[in-house]
Amino acid sequence: MFDVIIRDASLRFGNHCVFEKLNLTLKGGKWTCLLGGSGVGKTSLLRLIAGLPAGETDGKILCQDGFPVSNRIAWMAQQDLLLPWFTVLENITLGQRLRRSWADMLKRRPILPPEVQDKAMSILEKVGLTEKAHVLPQTLSGGQRQRAALARTLMENRPLVLMDEPFGALDAITRLNLQDLACELLKNRTVLLITHDPLEALRLGHDVYHLRGQPAQLTDAITPPGEIPRSLEDNSLMALQGKLLDRLRHESLLEPLAGEQ
Amino acid sequence: MKDSIKPFVVLFGLLVLWHTLVIAFDMPDYILPSPVDVAKSMAENASLLWEHTLVTLSEMLLGLLLGVLLGIVLALVLVYFAALRPWLLPPLLVTQAIPVFALAPILMLWFGYGLTSKVVMTILVIFFPVVTCCYDGLRHTHQGWLDMAQTMGGNRFAILRNIRWPAALPALASGLRVAVVVAPIGAVVGEWVGSSAGLGYLMLQANARLWVDQMFAALTVLAFCSITLYYTTDRLLRRFIPWQPETSQE
Repeated sequence: MFDVIIRDASLRFGNHCVFEKLNLTLKGGKWTCLLGGSGVGKTSLLRLIAGLPAGETDGKILCQDGFPVSNRIAWMAQQDLLLPWFTVLENITLGQRLRRSWADMLKRRPILPPEVQDKAMSILEKVGLTEKAHVLPQTLSGGQRQRAALARTLMENRPLVLMDEPFGALDAITRLNLQDLACELLKNRTVLLITHDPLEALRLGHDVYHLRGQPAQLTDAITPPGEIPRSLEDNSLMALQGKLLDRLRHESLLEPLAGEQ
Repeated sequence: MKDSIKPFVVLFGLLVLWHTLVIAFDMPDYILPSPVDVAKSMAENASLLWEHTLVTLSEMLLGLLLGVLLGIVLALVLVYFAALRPWLLPPLLVTQAIPVFALAPILMLWFGYGLTSKVVMTILVIFFPVVTCCYDGLRHTHQGWLDMAQTMGGNRFAILRNIRWPAALPALASGLRVAVVVAPIGAVVGEWVGSSAGLGYLMLQANARLWVDQMFAALTVLAFCSITLYYTTDRLLRRFIPWQPETSQE
């Protein structure tokens, strides 16, 4: 599994510089978590890596194996982004629909050949949604919707997964369950997870970075011990969470003071 | 009470009110005939009304079909060919700024007294709500869906077909609901300016002879066609867009 190297990344919106000359390496097959307060530029960095429009950008996103990063990314956003007119099965196979060529359409090749359908159903089984395959998303609960979004991400089968606070809107128990499920199913993939929850970052991240300041800078990586997902009973994890929370609180207290000067 | 019965109850109430007014103010027939007189006239002239209804209905439906198709095509052009937008929007607004009544005589001159001029009038009337609603719907696709589609490597047509188009359908549906209600205006105005058939023509003829009951009979049939068309369209739209958000819960 290859590393993804972000070199000298800069982003500005007009006169406002979000970050400048930012360097970050996402280790191949590992989870990197990016922690930071609201509006610091976490999502913008993720969009920049994904090649999505985000202000005036500069810098390079390189893969260690020399191939471009485009078409090797699966995107999981804060909202589940399920399309309300498609069933769960149709939603998780959206990529297959969107990449269907004119030739496929003209030759009336099926959108979901049996092998693709089998794969989709096996993924739905893994996320526990087999029975919901043919219903519309509006009938699903928040947790089920996010599991369907995870299934869609898995269906894309991309080596790099970019996650933008995907569990942010869920209740505590559902969030923990989904974190465990994501860890299990995205094993051996390179994952960049953005979150504002220090505990989530410490549970899931092989490396945890904190993005702060203006223009935003990355702190040195925190590398909590042990395999992910880490247990909540680990005292050292809780101590680290306390330190990170303190740091985040301090940061949010400083911001209005800096603005007043 | 079931929702489907309510419109009929309202209609019945209005008829009773109408009849009461006629009796209470002792209205002469040539000013306001009673609903009973109108019903009699409808029964006596059933075949005549049917013949003219078919003409007006075909004008309306053909105008609706072509207007909606044209509206959708223009909305797609406006969304996907940004460079054409400043060229297309002013003429589009001009078609609406000039009252359709003022255009009617010119359209008669160009397209004759037959079906074509009425269809063009109907198209002109319904075209604008369809274009604006469809264009708005297509423009306001959830950015998250489009971002996701981009990371999936979707092609433009597939994104339109699977995401932008279905996402625009609720907005287009609003345009269609307006279109079916105003379509009769185009057709009837066309018939008033110059025609040899249709409910508008029948009303003009009846008016000239002071056959007010027949006028009202034609008007009733026209209203019935409009209401039926609206409810049929509404039902179909709800059926084909089951995910359409409804925020006003009972």
